[in-house]
Amino acid sequence: MSIRGYLRNDGRKGIRNVVAVAYLVECAHHVAREITLVERENAHLIGFPGCFPNDYAQEMMERLCTHPNVGAVLLVSLGCESFNRYKLEQVIRDSGRDVETLVIQKEGGTRSAVVKGQAFVAKAVQGLQESLTTPMQISDLVVGTVCGGSDGTSGISGNPAAGRAFDKLVASGATCIFEETGELIGCEDIMSARAATPELGEELRASVTKAAEYYATLGFGSFAAGNADGGLSTIEEKSMGAYAKSGASPISGLIKPGDIPPKGGLYLMDVVPDGPVRFGFPNISDNAEIVEMMASGAHMTLFVTGRGSVVGSALAPVIKIAANPDMYARLHEDMDINAGRIIDGTASLSEVGDEIFEMVKAVASGVRTKSEDLGHREFILTYKSFEPIGPACLPA
Amino acid sequence: MTDQTDDRLIVLAPEDTVAVVRCAISKGECVAIDGVELVLDVAVSMGHKLALRPMATGDKVLKYGASIGSATTKIAVGDHVHLHNMKSDYTPTHSLTDAQKEFDV
Repeated sequence: MSIRGYLRNDGRKGIRNVVAVAYLVECAHHVAREITLVERENAHLIGFPGCFPNDYAQEMMERLCTHPNVGAVLLVSLGCESFNRYKLEQVIRDSGRDVETLVIQKEGGTRSAVVKGQAFVAKAVQGLQESLTTPMQISDLVVGTVCGGSDGTSGISGNPAAGRAFDKLVASGATCIFEETGELIGCEDIMSARAATPELGEELRASVTKAAEYYATLGFGSFAAGNADGGLSTIEEKSMGAYAKSGASPISGLIKPGDIPPKGGLYLMDVVPDGPVRFGFPNISDNAEIVEMMASGAHMTLFVTGRGSVVGSALAPVIKIAANPDMYARLHEDMDINAGRIIDGTASLSEVGDEIFEMVKAVASGVRTKSEDLGHREFILTYKSFEPIGPACLPA
Repeated sequence: MTDQTDDRLIVLAPEDTVAVVRCAISKGECVAIDGVELVLDVAVSMGHKLALRPMATGDKVLKYGASIGSATTKIAVGDHVHLHNMKSDYTPTHSLTDAQKEFDV
C-alpha cells in the first residue's frame, strides 16, 4: 500500500486536506458552525471559546491552523474579542495556505457572515482538489495515542496492543506521542528508566511529580466514575494500564503541547500546566488531549477505549480500539479494531498490534475510520499556561 | 506447575497479589486459585480483580508487578479487590456508586 501525502511549505505532509473554519471566541461559534454545514466532509470546525488572551491558546491555534492535514483556513471573529487574529492570519499566510478572516460585526451580522464564509469554503474546497500529492513514508507520520473510558480490560488488551503498534512505528522511523502525565502517576520509576539519557529521565519523573501535585490540589485524580465501574480501583492502576500504550521503545524526548518533535522516536507529552493551579483541570475530556497532540503534528490518533467512547476529531482521523469484547459487541459500529479478542483468547497481543499498524498505514493512505464516516469532528481547547521545555528534553 | 489457576483469571506478573477477571463470574461460582477451589461470595464483572494472596491492612496491592495502591482492610484469597478494600496512595478515587444508590437509577 503506497501512501501519498499533501506536501506543505514547511516540509511536512498531510494525510487529509481539509478547510479549517476557526471561531476565535464562543460568540462566533454559531456563525462558524453554520458555515461548515454545507461542506461537512471537507470543512472542519475548530476554535477557542475564551474572550481573554492566552499565549497557549494562541500558539495552539497557530499550530492547528498550519497542521499538515489542513489546506486552507477561514477565521471567524466576532470583532471585539481579545484573540490576536492579525497574528494568527499572518502565521497561516506565511505557511502558504489560503486564509481569510471574517469579522461578523463588520459583515453586517449572522446571515451575511455565513453567506460570505460559505462562499470562501466552497472556493477553498474546490481549490484543494487540485492539490498535488507526494510519496509519503511511515517515517513521515506522527501518531498520537490516548485512552478514554478506560476499564480493567484497557490496560491488558487495547493499550498494550497499541504499544506493540507504536514499537513497529518507531522502528520504521515514525514519531509517536503518548501523553497525560496525570495518568502516569505511579509509573515514574519504570518510565524514567526507559529515557534515552539520565537527564531526560529526570525530566520525565519531574513531569509526573508535577501532575501528581496538580491533581492533589484539585482533589481529584484523572479518574472518572466509569473507570471504577469497569474494575479500576485507583489512579495508579489506571496509570499502569495507560502506560502500556507507550510500548517498549526507548523514550526519545519530552514535549509540551505545540512542540513539534524534531525527529522520529517515542515522545511523552506533558499536558499539565506549569505554575500554580489556575484554570482548573488540565484536560477536561479526551478530545483536549487529542487536540494537543494534533498541535504537535499528530496526523492521527490511536484511541483505546474499554467502556466505549464514540468520539472522533476534527482535522485528524481517530482509530478506535475496543479493549473489551462485550463493549465491542454493543458498539462495533464505532470501533475500528477489536482488541477484546485478546481478553476472550481469540487473538494475541502481537496479532492485534500488527492489525493496528496495518490500519495506521491504511488510514494514512486515505482509508476512512469509523468516526470519520460517522461525522465525528469533536474539538475542544481551553485555557492553560506552560513554560518552555528544558534543554534535556529533546534528542540531540 | 500443578497448582492451577482458573483460566478466567489473567495473572499479569508472577509477583502480583491480584488477578484480572477475563469474563463476568456470578456469585456462588467456583474459581480455582493456585489449585484451591473457592466459592465467590459476590458477582464480579469483566476487568475487575480477585485476590491471589492474603493481604493485611496497609499492604501494597500488586498488579503488572507494580503497586496500584494499598489494602484498607484484611483481604482473603479470592476476595473481590476494589474500592471497598483498597485505596490509592496518590489521589482518592471518585465513583458514582453512592449517587446511584441515592437516586436508584
